[in-house]
Amino acid sequence: MVKYEGKVVIALQVNGEAHEVAVRPSDLLLDVLREQLGLTAAKPGCLNGDCGACTIMLDGWPVKSCLMLAVEAEGHVVLTVEGLNGTAPIQKAFVDADAFQCGYCTSGFLMVCHALKTQNPLMPKENIIEEWLQSNLCRCTGYQEIRRAVRLMYEST
Amino acid sequence: MNTAIGKSVRRKDAWDKVTGKALYTDDFPISGVLAARLLTSTCAHARILHIDISKALGIKGVKAVLTGADCPELFGPLLQDRPALARDVVRYAGEPVALVVATDKPTAERAVRLIKVDYEPLAVVLTPSQAMAEGTPLIHKQVNGYKKLLTDIYPEAGTNIASRYRMQKGNTAEAFQRCKVLVEQRFFLPPSAHLAMEVRTARAEISSDGSVLITASSQSPYSVRKQLSEAFLIPAGKIQVRVPYVGGGFGGKAPVMLEVLAFLASRSVGGKAVRLTIPREQDMASAPCRMGLEADLKVGVDENGLIQAADLTYLLDCGAYTDISPYMTKAIAMDCTGPYHIENLSCDAICVYTNHTYVTSFRGFSHESFTFCIERVLDMLASKCSLDPLEFRIRNAIRPGSLTPSQVECTASLTGDLTKCLNNIKQLAQWNGGNAVPIKENTVRAKGVACFWKTENPPTDAISGAMITFNPDGSMNLNTGVVEMGSNGQTHLAQILAEKLQVDADQVHVVTSVDTRTAPEHWKTVASLTEYMAGLAVVRAADDLLEQLRSNGSQVFGCPADEIEVANGRVFSKKNPEQFIAFKDIVQGYKSQQGESIGEPVLGRGGFMLKGLSMLDPQTGQGKTGPEWTLGAQVVEVEADLKAFSYRILNASTVIDVGKVINPESMRAMIAGGMAMGISLSSREAYIYDQDGIPRLPNLRTYKLMHIGQEPDYRVGFVETPEDNSPYGLRSFAEHGVIGIPAALGNALAAAFGRQLVILPLTPETIWRTPSEEHV
Repeated sequence: MVKYEGKVVIALQVNGEAHEVAVRPSDLLLDVLREQLGLTAAKPGCLNGDCGACTIMLDGWPVKSCLMLAVEAEGHVVLTVEGLNGTAPIQKAFVDADAFQCGYCTSGFLMVCHALKTQNPLMPKENIIEEWLQSNLCRCTGYQEIRRAVRLMYEST
Repeated sequence: MNTAIGKSVRRKDAWDKVTGKALYTDDFPISGVLAARLLTSTCAHARILHIDISKALGIKGVKAVLTGADCPELFGPLLQDRPALARDVVRYAGEPVALVVATDKPTAERAVRLIKVDYEPLAVVLTPSQAMAEGTPLIHKQVNGYKKLLTDIYPEAGTNIASRYRMQKGNTAEAFQRCKVLVEQRFFLPPSAHLAMEVRTARAEISSDGSVLITASSQSPYSVRKQLSEAFLIPAGKIQVRVPYVGGGFGGKAPVMLEVLAFLASRSVGGKAVRLTIPREQDMASAPCRMGLEADLKVGVDENGLIQAADLTYLLDCGAYTDISPYMTKAIAMDCTGPYHIENLSCDAICVYTNHTYVTSFRGFSHESFTFCIERVLDMLASKCSLDPLEFRIRNAIRPGSLTPSQVECTASLTGDLTKCLNNIKQLAQWNGGNAVPIKENTVRAKGVACFWKTENPPTDAISGAMITFNPDGSMNLNTGVVEMGSNGQTHLAQILAEKLQVDADQVHVVTSVDTRTAPEHWKTVASLTEYMAGLAVVRAADDLLEQLRSNGSQVFGCPADEIEVANGRVFSKKNPEQFIAFKDIVQGYKSQQGESIGEPVLGRGGFMLKGLSMLDPQTGQGKTGPEWTLGAQVVEVEADLKAFSYRILNASTVIDVGKVINPESMRAMIAGGMAMGISLSSREAYIYDQDGIPRLPNLRTYKLMHIGQEPDYRVGFVETPEDNSPYGLRSFAEHGVIGIPAALGNALAAAFGRQLVILPLTPETIWRTPSEEHV
């Protein structure tokens, strides 16, 4: 087991780039991404794992970055919305489906959807999609548009 | 020809928001920015005996610790009854008591935990009716001693009443005699949360010359400027307020709260930049929430199924401080009957203090609350009269010539066409009379209908403005004071401008952030008035552009300005449309082939001030508070398990008279989102307080919002009855999807379970606890 004391320098692999950051053992991955790497797409919404606005991808799976310490991310591959480069099918699908209004929950939903596609290259059944997306909250839309975006994502590729 | 209006133009902010480039208040860099955190009250009502900040101050990295003693000023947009930090007494659990400024967030949090506050508990007041009772402790000792910022606030000395509004028309006592059917019913709606996904937050810094810079997640940048200026005697011009993208508002970001605390924090550390962030739990318990309501309604119907009289009492639970709630109370009075023709009316709408979290505007501005009560009563009346509830509503719908509660005469332009909305929703929702239909054993399906209407309650002198510049390619930049918080006002305004200039909406660029230094003042991004008020300013700015383009054109073509036409990005003479000048060649003045400069650069400006609004008469309520009404009808269908008291919402429909459909897809999405919020709040959302007035676990794990998989099928229809004074006939639009949904759901569930549901939220437990009609 690795033991960290004081501030330590860790190596993070984020959006295809290697970064070295000095963190406290208690620093959240979310805070380090936002405050040290300037990657602010992942949002703080509850810092309790309830809303999903901070969702990122870790080794191809959706992870709530408010529930993960930065030190735990060492050795893993982190992907944030900035790393999608505007070219992931889910991004255009969200635009075409009007799947957001205020946009604050959007980054989290995008990463869940992108991970869904990564793990299920073919469109899964509706109940599987629901199961994946239940981790995240949106207060503006009625969710129907987000559902439509997921379908568009699968249909476009 | 329509170039932009009526088209599903894509949101201007779309790609910013799917690429993480849309920056919200707390997304800006924090290097060199100090962190502030709040200590909040653990008692709902108590005297503060002592606050010990010595240990907190002793921590390395702590720059300042503030308490109420550091800020004697009182705040509030209508009645200045609220300290920034509690002084001597706390009036709700969660009230800010101390503020720590430190080098970073963890240090500030550690220091907050080391502040010790000694409280002496006082008796708590937890419901409006309790607050109104004789002998109840006063939450504010001298409610009539506070400064009033507008004259129509009426605090009652020696009571917990912050303000009261009366409506009196006709003779209710006489009219009730004529009624064949009467319903008297009491309702109870608990407070609940806005829960915009972005938690409220603010930053502040003060320059050496005293200039103040605030960056905030706010719907009201100009109110932030005004309140800081008045409270701290700083010239308004020295205060700059910036609002980037806002992650949802729903009314919860209209008040000025954290901005003041951030300012105090910065002032305490010599003006250094400070960011005040609060956790979700404080966003729910400390920052203002949605109102609670108690209502006593009595409505009578004659033998023809026509409503003859209504006697309505609404007690708005405003919590510990008023904020905007006196005007929410006034809004209840204005529209208290729902959109129905009722000649004899007596209404008392009272704004009452309790020891709950203080409240502020919530999507619907109190309409989502009182509409539940009045629309439930309408269903009870229809049932007693053995009438189809939808037909009963058509029979009583307001129409041109009817008088509203405040005795404004309805016209098609002013109020729209409710009958058409009701007729259209029959088909959209496949209305079948409203009776429960058995599906299988213990399972029924039932539909409920409800109507809504809403006018606005701005200050009578609210203003808006628009400024337009051209780019060298002939495209335009539209600059308004409208905050982009999801309701897509910027795109709709761009469409209005594009239509006026007869170009595509992609020829209009918008400024998605507001800076009070550069954007013309827009009262607040609230009350669904963006497209109405800022829209009118845009129309005037566009007219200003057109006049200048014609002037330039007339000089170039050597003809009178009224012969010049502007369309498709071109300026030309009516007499010879073949010969034209493209915008790009004329908007910055025209340069002839010989190099001669002709005309002037084109810059558009337009301002708009609401006119013809009035205060309400204190006795009769006569008066007009908003420029127009938006109304509509909604239906919810449920499938109910009669044994388990559970239910599933199958579909939710809205037909709304919007005056003019500016953007079909964006407006459909806005209404669907409103319906979703209505379903969530009426089916599960409530603040639960214990007997000491402490809210039980205010966080998103226990306070459940609707998530994907629970949403119904949404159906949206539009009616277009133009409003005569607005851009293209549009009506105020944004909030409305939420308003009638709690009532429609309540009516559907009442039909399904045969129980007179009068309490929100409509959980299986609420339904189970409500006595069955057979046993009443």
